[in-house]
Amino acid sequence: MSAVTEPTKTSATGAPRKQRKDKGLNAGQGRAGLLLVAPTMLFLAVIIIYPLINAVVLSFEKDEGLDPATGMFVAGGSAGVSNYTHWLLQRCGDVSCPPGTLGNQFYSAFWVTLFFTVVSVVIEVILGMWFAMIMNRDFKGRALVRAAILVPWAIPTAVTAKLWYFIFAYDGIANKLLGVVGINPQLWTSDPWAAKFAIVIADVWKTTPFMALLILAGLQLIPGDVYEASQIDGASKWQTFTKITLPLVKTPLMVAVLFRTLDVLRIYDLPAILTGGAGGTTSLSMLVIKQIRQGGFNNASALSTIVFLLIAFVAFLFIKFGGADVIQRPPSSKKPKKDADTQTGNPVAANATSTGA
Amino acid sequence: MSAATSTTTTGAGSTTPQEITQRSDRGQKIRMYLGLALIVIWGLAPFYWMVVTAFRDVQFTFDTTPWPTHITLDNFRTAFSTERGNHFGAALVHSIIIGIVTTAVAMVVGVFASYALARLNFPGKYIVLGIILGSSMFPGVALVTPLFKLFRDIGWLTGANYQALIIPNISFALPLTIYTLTAFLAEMPWELEESARIDGATQGQAFRKIMLPLAAPGLFTTAILAFIASWNEYLLAQQFSTKQTQTVTVAIAQFTGAQPHQEPYTAVMAAGTIVTVPLIIMVLIFQRAIVSGLTAGGVKG
Amino acid sequence: MALRLTKRRTLGVLAGAVSVALVAAGCGGGDDGGNSAASQGADARGPITYVQGKDNSNLLGPMAEKWNAAHPNEKVTVKEQSDQADQQHDDLVQNFQAKSDAYDVVSVDVVWTAEFAAKGWLTPLKDKFALPTDGFLEPTIKAATYNNTLYAAPTSSDGAMLYYRSDLVKTPPKTIDEMWSMCSIAKKNGMDCFAGQFAKYEGLTCNATEWMNAYGAKVVDDAGKPTVDSPEAAKGLQALADNYKNGNIPKQAITFQEEQSRQAFQDGKLLFLRNWPYVYNLASTDASSKVKGKFKVAPLPGVDGPGTSTLGGHMAAISAFSKNKATALDFLKFLTSEEQQKTNMEKGSLAPVIGSIYDDQALVAKYPYLPVLKESIANAVSRPVTPFYPKVTEAIQTNAFAAIQGQKTPQQAVKDMQAAMQAASGGN
Repeated sequence: MSAVTEPTKTSATGAPRKQRKDKGLNAGQGRAGLLLVAPTMLFLAVIIIYPLINAVVLSFEKDEGLDPATGMFVAGGSAGVSNYTHWLLQRCGDVSCPPGTLGNQFYSAFWVTLFFTVVSVVIEVILGMWFAMIMNRDFKGRALVRAAILVPWAIPTAVTAKLWYFIFAYDGIANKLLGVVGINPQLWTSDPWAAKFAIVIADVWKTTPFMALLILAGLQLIPGDVYEASQIDGASKWQTFTKITLPLVKTPLMVAVLFRTLDVLRIYDLPAILTGGAGGTTSLSMLVIKQIRQGGFNNASALSTIVFLLIAFVAFLFIKFGGADVIQRPPSSKKPKKDADTQTGNPVAANATSTGA
Repeated sequence: MSAATSTTTTGAGSTTPQEITQRSDRGQKIRMYLGLALIVIWGLAPFYWMVVTAFRDVQFTFDTTPWPTHITLDNFRTAFSTERGNHFGAALVHSIIIGIVTTAVAMVVGVFASYALARLNFPGKYIVLGIILGSSMFPGVALVTPLFKLFRDIGWLTGANYQALIIPNISFALPLTIYTLTAFLAEMPWELEESARIDGATQGQAFRKIMLPLAAPGLFTTAILAFIASWNEYLLAQQFSTKQTQTVTVAIAQFTGAQPHQEPYTAVMAAGTIVTVPLIIMVLIFQRAIVSGLTAGGVKG
Repeated sequence: MALRLTKRRTLGVLAGAVSVALVAAGCGGGDDGGNSAASQGADARGPITYVQGKDNSNLLGPMAEKWNAAHPNEKVTVKEQSDQADQQHDDLVQNFQAKSDAYDVVSVDVVWTAEFAAKGWLTPLKDKFALPTDGFLEPTIKAATYNNTLYAAPTSSDGAMLYYRSDLVKTPPKTIDEMWSMCSIAKKNGMDCFAGQFAKYEGLTCNATEWMNAYGAKVVDDAGKPTVDSPEAAKGLQALADNYKNGNIPKQAITFQEEQSRQAFQDGKLLFLRNWPYVYNLASTDASSKVKGKFKVAPLPGVDGPGTSTLGGHMAAISAFSKNKATALDFLKFLTSEEQQKTNMEKGSLAPVIGSIYDDQALVAKYPYLPVLKESIANAVSRPVTPFYPKVTEAIQTNAFAAIQGQKTPQQAVKDMQAAMQAASGGN
């Protein structure tokens, strides 16, 4: 522990920090680290990992089938990978799944879920960024605005979905307001495009506050003098935004984007309540739930596992290419090679010095 | 407004740099307030409709007059009416208890883990991170059945077993909590902790007295998110709660119209209006902490 | 050092908690038998739990009080579920799958009976558990019967009726063609002609089935085999699709569930509406209703004469895992008693399952629609009684929804329905 107390008088700038961190490493940290994450691991093990493994195991077993002789359901036995081919190859027994079965809807659910994810998250990032930057300013009634913006996020999703269902009814307020500006009433809950946008609108409305709040917390870590420095340097607004603000909030932003992406990929309430899947809006999670309700828990487990792998792949892309890896940046690295990462990952000090110079 | 016009007119002749700054300042302010207005409208317009509906007589449920008409408090009475079997008042208490305990435990457990992830090096760190993230990738509904069996076997599905709701809520809140906190802790100017220790503070003191207040924005933001997640949880609550632990989301789902097939929109909207109130109060309280966290740390120049 | 010690202690406590929870988790692993549960407690008496969806009119409390006063040693505890049918279904399935004895008597939607029965979750109502069903309306008993065995006791029923604007239409249409011919009246008055519930949800299954049945189709045969791929079924969907296209059915009807269609009718925008009895009360009493005193009900129109409604309603069944089945059976008899049914009608507008109640003059005076409703229910066709009902309804909804909008031909739609139903019974 003595290494940590080594004096570093120049700690106000970035460079010496890394030095200190390197020296701060010792064997005792290993055990402390493990002990500190142990409670988390325990919670996750019981509530998520155990059921998850349970489900994966079950996904290789057949669901109960009907014994025609008795009219009663009997255990299905081993399924091999048939529960997976049901979804991926759309096999229903010996035939290709006909329209009206859930297996038939897998690919449309897959694409529409991706559509929701990409469109919603992109809009949320742009709006969330803008909201956060405005809220980061000093003005009277800041607390109230911040509370106001959180309102959509605070209303339970089930209620939100009902609210939007009510708003988007044919004789509802949305069509009435559209009528005022001369737009024909839309079939918000059934028409293929209107239904998709109804869901995106409701989702963006609800979750932009989440995005804005996380970005805002990141913005508040930026020292004010960084902006002053860049203003003196004559940087344009856009330059200030792309060169300073964006890199500085990158970490919280990527965390927000990552978790929102994971969330939308599992979207359920909004399409289920708003459209019931009409107009091709059945999402992957809706399929999982419908499959369970059809008495096919094992089959649904296979679909859950597919969704899990899909999401894991997306998360991997994020971490690998999207820059979400800053979270995983080891605060101390023995290899000098990683210093570069540390530098970009901790741009506060670096930028402050460079722009100030 | 008149001030802005006068600046423009004087500025038309010759412009000094100072005038330019002033003008752009004013323009900026106007733009900012316009933006603020837009944000508030964005956030509150659908909510406004919710409130209007909440105060509207159930017989005029589908009225689309954009301002309040047929105003009544009946929907709120219905929501709280134990005579009609709506135990919304009790559900509010349950949800608050569950939310507070969930948030508190998730924050403590989350800060432990995040500190370790951000500041310490230990074997299997990347695996731990992977597991934490992976926990948010499985469709939640597929977890219900195995958990139901587990909880039933250990007798948690009867009586006032709050833990049957709190423990899953903590687990669901942890991945986001830890990722957010780790991101913030990693960005913190840890050299301040360093200086404190030079001045004779222990590592724990330095963390508590210097670093925690500095991390306040991140901590409170995370806490708000954890609380809201617990507040909104429905999937498990629907299956695992009993009369003694029923949450608001479950209580709202039990609202009915006076007739079969009738949708209780107005009562649901009244309940929806009520459930946002504690959240708004919480944000207003935390607001202070967020601001003071900033000034205490002295990060701002 | 002191700090590290406390830290270590805290972590030790947490580690202890870890092991406790893991042990607890281990307990859950073994799925103990309970196979003999079905025959357990056949003669046993004692306290029971009755589960049903949230009731609209506060009927449950007084009902339980009445039972408890008469049975102090076999008291009933009532558990109310969510207002949503899907979630009621989920809750029951979870408990049955876990072989839980927490529920003794369960209220089930008419369409779940076969599924629960085939899973072995319900006690067959035969031999020792035989339940007298004299006087019950035939379709309600049929819907509660699976494999020639009665599995549930009908407690309330529901049938659709045709609401029509009596101020504009003197005599209600008896046939479908008659109804379409009256659409000119709607046009003259600047309103839409006919709507039912054509959004993609369970209500669409009810509506589409009615139309297919009206033209003589049978969705499944008596043995439960899909027979929907027939010219008759295609004709039923064709009628819907044609009239959706020509505007007799307004375009927004594909967003209608019960409430939206009621709203349209109450606002005076519809000449004819297919809906459940609940609309009668609301359209007569709602202060916002523009059709007060201007509407009446008639049986749904058919091809040559009155058509057939889909059967709705609920039944009560005894869980196979109940420990006090003798009490449960008595409770079932109590629930279906004429007295209880009458109370449910008077206080909650729940349609009785016993025919004679509909003829009660005092009730008819208060609810003028009762004779029409009786006819509707007496002629009602149950939705397919099959253990694969959730799959069957998905097949009907998806394909009917596409056919109404002209996205596929009615012929193709019924063919796909049939194939999807067959795939359903194949396991996937």
